[in-house]
Amino acid sequence: MPTTRRELLQKGSALLLVSGAAAAALDAVLAGTPEKAEGYRLDEHWWAMIIDIGACIGCGNCVRACKIENDVPREPYYFRTWVERYHVPPGELEHPLVDSPNGGYDGFEDRATVPAGSKSFFVPKLCNHCAHSPCVQVCPVGATFESPDGVVLVDATYCLGCRYCVQACPYGCRYIDPRTGTVNKCTLCYHRITRGLTTACCETCPTGARQLGDLKNPADPIHEFLRTHTVHVLKPQMATGSKVYYAALDGSVR
Amino acid sequence: METVLQQVQGFMYPNEIELQWSILIVLYPFITGLVAGAFILASLEKVFRVEAVKPTYRLALLTALAFLLVAPLPLQLHLGHPERSLEMYLTPHTSSAMAMFGFVYLWYLMAVLVLEIWLDYREEIVLRARSSKGVLRLLYRVMSLGVDTISSRSREIDEKLARLITIIGVPSAFLLHGYVGFIFGSVKANPWWSTPLMPIVFLFSAMVSGIALVMLMYMVVSWWRRTGIDMRCLDTIARYLFYAFIIDFSLELLDLVHRIYEADESFKSLDFMVHTRLFTSQIVIQIVLGTLLPLGLLLLTQVARLSERTRKTVYGTAGVLTMVGIFAMRWNVVIGGQLFSKSFLGYTVYKLDFATREGLLPAIALMVLPFVILAVLVRLLPPWEAAAVPPPARSKVEG
Repeated sequence: MPTTRRELLQKGSALLLVSGAAAAALDAVLAGTPEKAEGYRLDEHWWAMIIDIGACIGCGNCVRACKIENDVPREPYYFRTWVERYHVPPGELEHPLVDSPNGGYDGFEDRATVPAGSKSFFVPKLCNHCAHSPCVQVCPVGATFESPDGVVLVDATYCLGCRYCVQACPYGCRYIDPRTGTVNKCTLCYHRITRGLTTACCETCPTGARQLGDLKNPADPIHEFLRTHTVHVLKPQMATGSKVYYAALDGSVR
Repeated sequence: METVLQQVQGFMYPNEIELQWSILIVLYPFITGLVAGAFILASLEKVFRVEAVKPTYRLALLTALAFLLVAPLPLQLHLGHPERSLEMYLTPHTSSAMAMFGFVYLWYLMAVLVLEIWLDYREEIVLRARSSKGVLRLLYRVMSLGVDTISSRSREIDEKLARLITIIGVPSAFLLHGYVGFIFGSVKANPWWSTPLMPIVFLFSAMVSGIALVMLMYMVVSWWRRTGIDMRCLDTIARYLFYAFIIDFSLELLDLVHRIYEADESFKSLDFMVHTRLFTSQIVIQIVLGTLLPLGLLLLTQVARLSERTRKTVYGTAGVLTMVGIFAMRWNVVIGGQLFSKSFLGYTVYKLDFATREGLLPAIALMVLPFVILAVLVRLLPPWEAAAVPPPARSKVEG
C-alpha cells in the first residue's frame, strides 16, 4: 500500500525529531573536544622549557606578550608568567633582595639602593608543567589534568573554583580569574604549540633566554642544551617532576 | 586589592598576594570540629557507658546534626561555581582529599548521625505521629519512615542497632574531622600546613570545642528552661574537656617545639609571621586566652574544692574561652597559612570585608544558623526526658 500523507507526516516528523535530538546530543558530547590541530599527535611530544638565567635581561616582553596572547587580567595580581629580579648581597645567599613590580610587566626601574658588590640577575617564572603535579593531585573533580604531551591544563567549564590547586602549587603559578571564577594558569600556549608555533613568551624573548623544548624530538636543541649547561629545577625537594629547566640558576633563588 | 598590595611586606610571588581561602574556610573546620566533638561526647554515654553524661546525650546529637547541616554552606558560598559542586560526588577525582571527603561527610551524615538520632527517637516519633494533627502529623509520619510499631521487640532492635551505629560512629567522627586536618596536612607546598600531626591536632581540638559547646549549651538550655543542672553530669563533661584539652595542648606544643628545634628553611619566615602579623590571633587569643587560661581554670576545678556556683562560673568562662581559642586556632591555620610567601621572603594581609559573599556578615549568619536549626529540631524532637507525649487525638468519626 502506498504511503499515506498521514504516515509520511508522522514518520517524517519522528525522523526529524530523532535526528535533531541525535545532533544535539552529538554536539554536547563533542563540545569538550578542542578543534583538531592538523597532523598533531599527542604521543609524539613531551613539552618542556629551558630558561637561561644568564641571558635574561628583564625586559618584560614575555610578561606583556603572555597577557596579550592569553587575555590575562591586567591587574598586578594575576600572572601566567612573571619575572623576578634578584640582588644577592655578598655572602648573603639566604637573604636575597627580590622584587617583581607588576610581575615585570613594565620592565624594571633601577632599584633605589643596591648593596655594594651584589650579584644581580632576573628569573622568569611560569607553570612548571610538572610530571608529578601536586595541583593535579588535589583537584576534587579532575578539572585540571596533565595532557599526554606533558602540559598541565585546566578545563574551565568544569572547574569549581575551590582554589585547592592554587594552595597546592609550590611555585605560585596559579590564580583565579575574577571574570570567570575559575582557575587559570600558563597553558604553554597550547593553542600555538599544537600548530607548530612556539609560546608567546619564547617568541618575544629578545635574547633567547626562554626556549620551548620537545623532549621527545631527538632533533630538538633542548637535548644539547641540557647536556652542555648546568641545569636546575625550582624546589627539587618537592619532587614535582618540574619540566622547566633553569640554566645558571643561583642557589639564592626561591 | 590595591590596599592589600600596598601592605605587602617583602617579596611575594605575584599570584600569592590575594588570599585564596577566606573566613568561610576558617568556619568550615570549626563547624565540622564542633560536630565531631559533640558526637564523641554523646558516644561516651552509649559506647563507654559513662552514665553521668546521659542528660546531654540527645542534646549533643541534635547539636551535632544542626551544625553538620550548616557545614557545607560556607563551602558553597566560597566556590567560584557552586552549581558545579555536585560534580564532586558524580565525578570525583579519587586522588583528591577534598573529593573523597565529600563521601566521608555523606557517610557520617546519613549512616551515622541521622540514623542514630532516628533510632534513639523512633519511639517518640511514632507516638507523635499518632497524636499530632495536620502538617506536623505528616512530618512525623515521614520521619517515622512509615514504621508504626513500637513493640518491645522493635525497641530492643532499636537499642542494639543504635549501639552498633555509635560504635561505628566513633571512628567515623574521628575520620570526619581528621580528614579535614588531612586536607591541610597533605599540602606539601605549604610548610605551615604540611605535617602528619595536622589530622590529629585538628581532631583533638575538635573534641575540645565540641565538648565545650555541649557543656555550654547544657548550661544555657537548663537556665532557659529553669530546670536544675545535674552537677554530676556537668562535672563529668568538664573533666573530659580537661583531658581532651591536655592532649590537644600537648600535641600543639609538640608541633611548636619540633618546628623550633628543626628550624628548617621555612622556620625563620614562619617565626617572623607569628611574632608580627599573627601575634594577636595566635599568641594572645589562641594560646594565652584560648588555651592556657581555660586549662588553668579547669585544672583549678579538678584540684580545688569549689562550690557548685563557683564551678558553674568557672566552667562557663572556660567554655567560652575554649570556643574562642579553637576558632582562633582554625583562623591561624587557614589564614596564617596564606599570609606568608612560599618564597619565605614576604608577607601579605588578609582583608576581611563585611557585607560581601565571603565577608564577616555571612560568616556571622552561618554561625547563627545552626542555633536556629537547633531550635527547630528541639521543638520537633525534644531532648529532655520529661516531655510528655499527648494522648492520641480523637478520631473525627467519634462523637
